[in-house]
Amino acid sequence: MDIEFKHVGKSFGAFKALSDINLSVSKGEKIVICGPSGSGKSTLIRLVNQLEDFDEGEIIVFGTPLSQKTKSKFRGEVGMVFQQFNLFPHLTVLENITLAPIQVKKWSREAAEQKARELLALVHIEDQAQKYPGFLSGGQQQRVAIARALAMEPKIMLFDEPTSALDPEMISEVLDVMSDLAKSGMTMLCVTHEMGFAKMFADSVVFMEKGQIIERNTPAEFFSQPKTERAKEFLSKLKH
Amino acid sequence: MFEKTFIKSCFGSVGATLVSLISLAILGVMVSKIAQWMFLGAVFSGSSSEACREATGACWVFVKENLVFFMYGMLEKKEYWRAQLFVSCAIAAVSLLFFNRTKTLGLWLNFLGMPLLAIAIIYNIFSPETGVDRDAFGGLFLTLFVAYFGILWAFPIGTLLALGRKSGPVVVRLFCIFWIEVWRGVPLITVLFMSSVLVPYFLPEGVELSKLTRAMFGIVCFSGAYMAEVIRGGLQGVAGGQREVSSALGLNWLQSMRYVVLPQAIKIVSPAILNNFISLFKDTTLVAIIGMFDFLGAVQAATKNSAWLGYAKEGYVFAALVFWIFCYGLSKLSSRLNPISES
Repeated sequence: MDIEFKHVGKSFGAFKALSDINLSVSKGEKIVICGPSGSGKSTLIRLVNQLEDFDEGEIIVFGTPLSQKTKSKFRGEVGMVFQQFNLFPHLTVLENITLAPIQVKKWSREAAEQKARELLALVHIEDQAQKYPGFLSGGQQQRVAIARALAMEPKIMLFDEPTSALDPEMISEVLDVMSDLAKSGMTMLCVTHEMGFAKMFADSVVFMEKGQIIERNTPAEFFSQPKTERAKEFLSKLKH
Repeated sequence: MFEKTFIKSCFGSVGATLVSLISLAILGVMVSKIAQWMFLGAVFSGSSSEACREATGACWVFVKENLVFFMYGMLEKKEYWRAQLFVSCAIAAVSLLFFNRTKTLGLWLNFLGMPLLAIAIIYNIFSPETGVDRDAFGGLFLTLFVAYFGILWAFPIGTLLALGRKSGPVVVRLFCIFWIEVWRGVPLITVLFMSSVLVPYFLPEGVELSKLTRAMFGIVCFSGAYMAEVIRGGLQGVAGGQREVSSALGLNWLQSMRYVVLPQAIKIVSPAILNNFISLFKDTTLVAIIGMFDFLGAVQAATKNSAWLGYAKEGYVFAALVFWIFCYGLSKLSSRLNPISES
C-alpha cells in the first residue's frame, strides 16, 4: 500500500476543509479525484507531500505515518504538478529540471543533464532545453513541470488540476504525457475534470463534496450509474 | 522617422516654433557661457595661482596642482602604493563577479581576500613599526574604500536581515526588526558621530579602533539596514507557488532561498538596489563630519588653502564631475551584474 488515509480531518481556522477521509491507494494505482470547487480535492493531495498539515487522523505513506519529523523524509519521492506550472522563471528549462537532482540528490551536473534530456524527450520538447519558461506555451510549460517532477524519480505523482489553466488545444498534449506516465505503472493521484482521461486510465474515481469523500467507484460505473444523487447532478453539469 | 516626428513636434505650429526658438536661444546663451568658463577662458597650464591672474574663466591649474591631494589626502608619498595596490585589487576582484566562470572566486576574493588585504596594507597591523598613520588615508581613495566595503557588505547583511525578518523564529525576527529600525531611523551623520564619539567610550581600556574602522562599521550597519528593507520588498514579490514547488521537489529552506527565491527577489528590486548603492556612494562624503578627508573633504580643504583662495567653484565642479562619473559607471555596471544569478 503506497498511501493510506485513516479518518483524516483538516481545518483552516473555522472552516472544515476535510473531515473523516479514508482512502487507500495501492502501488501503481491511478485515482482521479473530482468534485465541485471548494470540496477539498486539492487539500487532500497536498497532504500527501506535506504541503499542508492535517489535524486529525493518520496518513501513512510507504508504511510510515506522516508527522513533522517526516517532512524531509520523502523529499522528491512524491512528485507534484501544479495548476499554475510554477516553473522557475529565472532558470532555463534544463536548469529547472536539473536543480533538484543536483542539489537534493547530489547528482553530477552531467548525469542530471542527461536525465533531463531523456525526460524532455519523453514529454516531446527536447528542442526547448535552453529556453526560459516565459518563451514557452502553457502546454509546453506544464510538460516541463511534469519532467521536472519526474527528474527526482518519484514513486508517486500528484496532479493538482494540471490542465485547468490551459487553452483547450493544449490540454491534449499534457494529457498524452500523463497517459504515457499512467501506462508506465506510476502511482498517480489526479485532481482533474478531464473525464476522458479518467475513463481511460483511472482505476477508480473519487467524488468529493464539502470535505468528504462521498463516492469511490470504478470509472465505468461512476460515469454510467453514479451511486449518489450529488455525483449524478455534478456529472450532468460537466457534460454541458 | 524619428527626425520627422521630432521636427514636426518642435516646429509644427506657430506656438511650437516660438517655444522652440526661445528655448534654443536660452540654451545657446547657457552653453556659450559654460563653454567660455570651462574651456575658452580657462587656464590649463601653470603651477601656481599666479598663472590664473588674468583668467576670464576657470582655473584648472588649481585642480591639476592639487590632484594628488584629492586622490590620497594627507597620505605620505611613500605610502601611495598601499592605496594604489588596494584599489587595483578591488577593481580586479569586482570584475571577476561579471563572469560566470570566475564568479565564485570573485565572491571569495571580495568578501574574504579584500578585507584581509585591507587589514594588511591599510590598517597595517602586521608591521605597525613601519608606522603608516591609518587616519592619513584620504581623498578619492578613502571615498572608494568606504563605499566599496559599504556596498559590498550591505548585500549579505541586508539579505540575512531580510530573511530573518521574514521567516526567522520569533527571537530572530524581533532582533532583525529592532536592528533595521534602529539603524534606519537614525541619520547617517548621527551614526558617524556616535561611532566616533560613543564607540571609544564603550570599548574596554586599551582597545583602540581607528576612525576609519569606526566609520566603516557605522556605514556598513546603516547600509545593511536599508538594503534589508529593499530585499524584503523583493521577497514579497516572489510568487508563493515558487516556495511550494521547491519544497515539493525536495529542496530545503536554504536551498530554495538560495536557488529559487532570492535570485528572483533581487532581480525584482535591482533598480532599487542600484539606487541604494548610488546614494550610499554619495553619502560617504559625510565622513568629513568626523574629521576624515574623503574626496569632497579634500577638495574643500584645498579651496581653503591660502595659496589657492577663490577657486572653490573649480573644486566643486571637478568634484561633481568625478562623482557623476562614478555613479554613472555604477549604474552602467550594475545592469550587467547580478551576483547570485546571471539571468
